[in-house]
Amino acid sequence: MNIYQKTMLAVTTAFATASPVFAQEAPGLDQKINEAFASATGPFVSFIFASLPGTNFPWIVLWLVIAASIFTVYFGFVQFRFFAHAISLVKGDYSDPNDAGEVSHFQALATALSGTVGLGNIAGVAVAVGIGGPGATFWMILAGLLGMASKFTECTLGVKYRNENADGTVSGGPMYYMSKGFDELGLPGGKILAVLFAIFCILGAFGGGNMFQANQAHAQITAITGDYPGFITGIIFAVIVFAVIVGGIKSIANVTEKVVPFMGVMYVGAALIILILNFNMIGWAFGQIFAGAFTGLGVAGGMVGALIQGFKRAAFSNEAGVGSAAIAHSAVKTNEPITEGFVSLLEPLIDTVVICTMTALVIIISQQLLIDEATGNYLLNEAGSAIATVDGNSGVALTSAAFASGISWFPYVLAAAVILFAFSTMISWSYYGLKAWTYLFGEGQMTELVFKVIFCIFTVIGASASLGPVIDFSDAAIFAMAVVNILALYFLIKIVRKEFESYSARLKSGEIKKFTH
Amino acid sequence: MSAKIVIGLDGTETGERALSFAKDLASRMEDCSLIVTYIIEWSPFTFQTAEENAQRHKRREQEIELATTRIVQPAVDSLKTAGFQVTGLVRHGDVAEALNKLAQENDATQIVVGRVSAAGFAKRVFGSSTQNLVMHASVPVTVVG
Repeated sequence: MNIYQKTMLAVTTAFATASPVFAQEAPGLDQKINEAFASATGPFVSFIFASLPGTNFPWIVLWLVIAASIFTVYFGFVQFRFFAHAISLVKGDYSDPNDAGEVSHFQALATALSGTVGLGNIAGVAVAVGIGGPGATFWMILAGLLGMASKFTECTLGVKYRNENADGTVSGGPMYYMSKGFDELGLPGGKILAVLFAIFCILGAFGGGNMFQANQAHAQITAITGDYPGFITGIIFAVIVFAVIVGGIKSIANVTEKVVPFMGVMYVGAALIILILNFNMIGWAFGQIFAGAFTGLGVAGGMVGALIQGFKRAAFSNEAGVGSAAIAHSAVKTNEPITEGFVSLLEPLIDTVVICTMTALVIIISQQLLIDEATGNYLLNEAGSAIATVDGNSGVALTSAAFASGISWFPYVLAAAVILFAFSTMISWSYYGLKAWTYLFGEGQMTELVFKVIFCIFTVIGASASLGPVIDFSDAAIFAMAVVNILALYFLIKIVRKEFESYSARLKSGEIKKFTH
Repeated sequence: MSAKIVIGLDGTETGERALSFAKDLASRMEDCSLIVTYIIEWSPFTFQTAEENAQRHKRREQEIELATTRIVQPAVDSLKTAGFQVTGLVRHGDVAEALNKLAQENDATQIVVGRVSAAGFAKRVFGSSTQNLVMHASVPVTVVG
């Protein structure tokens, strides 16, 4: 069992019991599916989450962090220098009033955010802090800050090379910048990368973007209502998803899209309230974060353990470098692709640096993690794999307990938030998967319907079965997207630089100026 | 001095009454041109799905097309037949803001609108578009009941 699987296990067990309904009713079938799937996909999963030789550091995390660091340096710390400009763009200061009615920077950003804010911010952080200690927070924030440059790069390209279809719709994403961008540079292989990316994107959409979400939503519901068969949740979710993506029932999507940001704000608000109530401990909490970042404070794996956990959860949470955001951001109305790049760099900031950090601070301040009074170090649990907690909680249960220590009824809100976040992530990923699908098989009502129906079937399977290997595989597919995407970004980076230099020169000279509204 | 009146239609009966009031007004003036407008309520700060975003450009064209053919063009045509100098415009945006802006851009001397544009809870919280327009407009506004 590699470290990733361990983490997944911790997350899954944290969610009360995800009922293995298949296993109860037809033990043979479920087992057979699991085994067949595991043996077929095992090598791929192990490859993606393999550790670097002699360490327990998954190479995929290093791949993401190195890319983010290179992009950060290459673009001269764009995430800091153009931060204020990004805010200005989101506010609409640079939007042509004649474009009223088109997709604004704000809308593109909000849409992309609703695809990434979710379980990673709530359960993932608890896993990071639970295993890596408070110090993991420091590395998580650092990874979030670096990830801003990856988003900047991929989203600029996403807009630049999108297809503006004859019927007035827009299709964009890594598959388009891979094929068109490589052609423009006269490089071979763009099309191959694009096809590979599209395949991984479809698998990621079925799995991490769908089955995993449905599964966790069910686990979250049963934690409150008591156990009941998962296929019931699955069918309800599938019907709602079907109504939205096939039936075009906009009202459901509209409600979700409005409630999700509200939930996000409420989550941060609740965290802030707890921090304010314990303001005298904030200094101590940051002390723990800094001390833990470099010494580990006795956690398993020490400083390196904290670093791995922090980097990993940040990468898993904000998807920087994965390429999914490039699809979401590509619909914006702008004549300057780079502007959407600037806007997109706010995404890891909000997702990781703000929301994830809030979760971490609440967990630390609530003192759910047990400290050895004599040494000041953290106590480990019996297995020695994670920090001992007050009630032995980990994952979402740990976050829930931490919030409950400040606001007793908050776990119910949190449960609602998790379910809604899961649903909105599913809607987002159904779109990402669909774009990849139509890239491979062509646009058309029939081909699109086939994808959407398969997507809904996977929702039911995801909620009803505890198909561990399938979920492992789909998560692996999401990170396989990053392997292909970042490889392509290294080649296309100079195109972004050209856009960047031209834009910043014109911004400086005053050629690009704010519109008076 | 030549007068220019911006008429805000909303596709309802009160909009029609605003139109006939403006017509009456213009006919009493010597040199008066009319701008018939329809504002499609829209905000850049809403939350949408990725799919809606991808189709937004197409939808926008459809919305403009629909508002033009159903509401603005018939009004323009009938005013033209009646011998008025008239142009038609369709815009997206906040109704009050967009009407005021149109008036400014076209050097209009006044704005004529119908009375009702929001109802119930929303109206209590945010006020109606008409109220907002009356409060913030830079030219005189006539509200037709």
